[in-house]
Formats: sequence, C-alpha cells, structure tokens
Amino acid sequence: MTASPAPTDTSAGDAAIRLERLTKTYPGASRPAVDGLDLTIPRGELVALVGPSGCGKTTTLKMINRLIEPTSGTVWVGGVDIRTQPTHELRRGIGYVIQQAGLFPHRTVGDNIATVPRLLGWERGRVNARVDELADLLRLDRGLLRRYPAALSGGQQQRVGVARALAADPPVLLMDEPYSAVDPIVRAQLQDELVRLQHEVHKTIVFVTHDIDEAIKLADRIAILNIGGILEQVDPPAEMLRAPRNDFVADFLGDDRGIKRLSLMTVGDASLSKGPLVAATASADDARATMAELGYDWVAVCDGHDRLQGWIGAAELDGAATVGELTPKPFLSVVTAGTTLKAALDAVVTSRTRVAMAVDDDGRYLGMLTVDDLAEGVTT
Amino acid sequence: MSGLGRVLAAEPLVDWSWVGDHTDDIWANFWEHLQLTALAVGIGFVIALAMALIAVRWRAAYGPLAAFCAALYSVPSLALFAILLPFVGLGFDNALIALTGYTLLILLRNIVTGLDGVPPAVREAADGMGYERWRRVLRVDLPLATPGIVAGLRIATVTAIGLVTVTALVGEGGFGRFINDGLSRQFSTPIVLGAVLSVALAIACDVMFVLLERLLVPWARVGAPGDPGRRHLVRWSWHRRTADA
Repeated sequence: MTASPAPTDTSAGDAAIRLERLTKTYPGASRPAVDGLDLTIPRGELVALVGPSGCGKTTTLKMINRLIEPTSGTVWVGGVDIRTQPTHELRRGIGYVIQQAGLFPHRTVGDNIATVPRLLGWERGRVNARVDELADLLRLDRGLLRRYPAALSGGQQQRVGVARALAADPPVLLMDEPYSAVDPIVRAQLQDELVRLQHEVHKTIVFVTHDIDEAIKLADRIAILNIGGILEQVDPPAEMLRAPRNDFVADFLGDDRGIKRLSLMTVGDASLSKGPLVAATASADDARATMAELGYDWVAVCDGHDRLQGWIGAAELDGAATVGELTPKPFLSVVTAGTTLKAALDAVVTSRTRVAMAVDDDGRYLGMLTVDDLAEGVTT
Repeated sequence: MSGLGRVLAAEPLVDWSWVGDHTDDIWANFWEHLQLTALAVGIGFVIALAMALIAVRWRAAYGPLAAFCAALYSVPSLALFAILLPFVGLGFDNALIALTGYTLLILLRNIVTGLDGVPPAVREAADGMGYERWRRVLRVDLPLATPGIVAGLRIATVTAIGLVTVTALVGEGGFGRFINDGLSRQFSTPIVLGAVLSVALAIACDVMFVLLERLLVPWARVGAPGDPGRRHLVRWSWHRRTADA
C-alpha cells in the first residue's frame, strides 16, 4: 500500500515540486515561520507535511501557490520557478482543497466544480462533460450537481471540494487539513476514498495535517516539521516508524510506533505459523497427536478442499472415532492476506485461542498468526 | 398651527371630490417622487459602492469615508438645501444632490458589512482557484454580499421616499407638493393624500426589495433536509449556470 523505502531520486527532472532554501518571516515576527526549507516532492507521490501548531506547514503549502509570498528561496513546480508566471495562471494549474471546503455558497455544486475550467475558458459542452465525469469519480450523485452547497453534508461538501480541485486535471494538488472539520467516521471514509482516488489519478499531492495517523494512512512520504519550519525527517511512513531520526520525531510519532507499523503491514507480509490443523477425515488419535506435537489443547479442522471449518477442543475428542463426527466451533475472526497486522493483532488478543487463522479469498487455510509472529513483523 | 387645527376639526378629513379632480396631479407627483427617489438611491449606490470597494481594498480609508458620509447625514435637510443654493439654485438638482447625500452613509455601511461577511474560506478558495482580484470581487464577493447590499438599499430607499416630501421646500417634492399645498391653504385633504401616498410608496418599494432579494439570493433558501432555518417563502426554484469566462 505504501511505497517501500526506496532510494529517493531528488534530481530536479523527476520532482514535481522542489522547495529550495524556502524562508518566510512574517512582518513583525522575531523568528521565521519557515526557515530555509529544502524539500523535494517526487511526481505522483502524496507527501504529508506534519507537525505541531506553528511548525509552518500551512505557510509552506501556501507558498507553493503563492497565497503567501516567500521572504526568500525558490519554489519550482514542474521544473519552473513559480515567480516566472502570473499568479492566477499558476493557481489555475494547481488544485487547492481547504479545510472548510470553501465552496461558493451562491453557486450550485455543478457550478462549483466547473470553476477552474470556466476560468480557463473551456467551452460549455466540455465543462459539463467534465463535471459529470468528476461527480462519478468522487461518487457524488449527479442529482446533487444542481443543488446548492448548503444542502450537502460536510462529507459531501469535502468531496465536492476535491472534485473542484481536480476539475482542470492539474498535475499537482495542495490539500490543507482537508478532513479536520468532519467527524471521525466520515473522515475515515474520505481518507479511504483519497487512497482509492490516488490509485486512479496519480497526482502529486502535498497534504497538510496535524494528525500523524492520517499522514501514516495516506502518505507515500511524511515530512515532519518542527517549530519554525525546521525539517526533522522525510521518509516513507514505515521507514520513519522503524527508525525515527531523533527524539522529536519519535515523540511526534507517539509511544505506539510498533502498533502503527502494524497498521502499515498486512498478513501477507508476515510469516505464518503452521498451526494445529487436521482434515475432517482424520482420526481422533491423529488429532490428539497434532495437538501434542504443537502444544495446543485444540485443533483446527478443514474439509477436503482445505477450507477452514472451525476448531475442536481436546476434551470433545473423547469417545469420537474421527474428527468428522464432531461439529467444529467457528473461529470468531479469520484474517486474510489483505488484513492489516494491526487488525490481525486485534483478532489475536480477542480470540479465546490467542491466535488468528489466516485463509485465502476462497476460505482455504493459509496458516496461523500468533503474537510472536506479529512481534516478528514489528522488529524486522 | 391653531388655525389649521380648527379647520381640520371643522371639515371632513378628506374631500373625495377634490381627490377626484386632481388625478393628473397625483400621477405627476408620483412620477416626480419616484424619479427623485430612484435617482438619489441609484447615484448614491454607485458612489457608495465605489467607496466600499476602496474601503475593503484599503482598510485605512474606511474611517475617513464613513466619517464624511456621517457628517453629511447629520446636516439638517433645510440647512443642506441652503448650503447648495448658491451652487445649484432651487429645484431638481438641489433636491437630488441633498437626497443622494443622505443615502450614502446607509449604503456604505451596509455594503461594507456585506463584503466583510464573505467567509474567509470562500475568499481563500477563490484566490487559490486562480481568480484575478477584480474577477473575484465581481463573481464571488459582491454576489455573497447581496443580502447586505439589498438591506442597505431598502433602508436608503424608504428614507429617501420620506425625505423627498421635504424637497417641496425647494420647489420639488413629489407627494410633498400636496402636503405643502395643504399646509399653505389650511386644507386637510392634500395633506392626508400626500402623506398616505408617500407611505404607500415606501411600503411598496420595501416589498419590492424583499422580492428582489429572493430573486437574487436563491442559495439562501435551499431547504436542506434538517435545516429548519431555511426560508421557504418562495416556491419556485431558480437554477442558473453562471458563466465565468
């Protein structure tokens, strides 16, 4: 899901956005809000700018579309110094999504989405076709297009905000804490949608957030900023969680770094244990032998096609000739290759047997996951 | 005034045959009243809008501009007519300039309040989308300030309609001509007629502005589910595609 720690190609040719010695000192401020920031954002990546209040993350973002003018330093977008073109032309080529969505209340949803194409002078038919296309892409009901923003829920408004930013198909998208004003359930949905959307559109996205979990979930690369716009570390989330460069980064990531790493890995990434498993046709003695061999007081049962049926306790085997005579109890939670290790851990600690059984999409047994297996994933 | 009181008590308040004989005067005075009001509010609006745009662009200018308008507003109308006398004499110009002056403070304040009420997030989004400044003011700021602007126009218009009657003193006056006539002849019918028609015109204009606002601000009555604060007074819907380019 997240890019593996790969060597970063910071050559200008592959960078969609490059910040060079970028500095902003607000009038009357004693210290710079952003101080000599160097950052390269590769094409097609989602980079999250994260940090505490006052770290200059929003200031940095707004210097990219010149809503804030840098005191010194240079911003390159697509290899071009942004000062070399008129501000409004630069901005029409950069999608912009803000916290409260900032939709135009006096325009219908469709007209909101059509904003930049119309500024660019697209002809009517092309604009309308693009608006419909974006509604479908963001899974907005087309009936909403003729309504005013006030009639929409917060989550819908935020989707419209993203659709509006994508309307003219800009290569770069700036998102300024876009989901911080919506409730946690809707936020999680919007985050999932952004992941899906990014798989389809492959934009270069700069995403400002104060929520490290949001950054871990969404970003290909996280840039952690300290007060005064000091860049502490830039790395893919898994790499950063494994090896925070200093105490500030470690503190910011939180004291549950190991658990957070588990959320980035899936059962498919982990090495599974064999587990006590017998076929339904096996004899009771075979089942007892399997339990004794692996040191369990229960055994998992599968049918003739390797499909997991459930489990049987040692005491129940007394008096039975074969396992198939008994009705196996179902496992409460079964994980698949796509399940995150964090969810698998939850399955492990809440199950009576203290293990999670892994199956493939057809329900065939893959192996068993124990706390030891999970710990292996965190430490390697 | 005691003489007038006696007359008013002795005769019927309205002599309907006099009213019937003066329908031509009623129309003439109506047009004059409407013309003075419309011109005063119209010219005042243009001037106030220009001042408001300057005030929003350069905030420091707002104080002096508002102070100028407030000073103008505080001059008694009789004195203002007299001040203007050496420059434009008696008559239409004198009346119009004075009336226009009185609309400025109300309009300026309401337009600036309306523009200040544009949500900062909306303004920032517009800038971020790549609106040039003038285009944003035209397409985003002013439309969103419409409720405030219309509120200002309502008050200014009603105020102007009342003040037009006073311009009878410089030879204009619309329905004020009736009042002036009645006062000079101690005859109640034209006084009542002038007052009633002036008030009726004010109410009619006020209602017209309420309807105009509904027409201009369709987004304020979207009637979102779970949004009981929305107004449903006008049933027809008003969808349009605003062309930006």
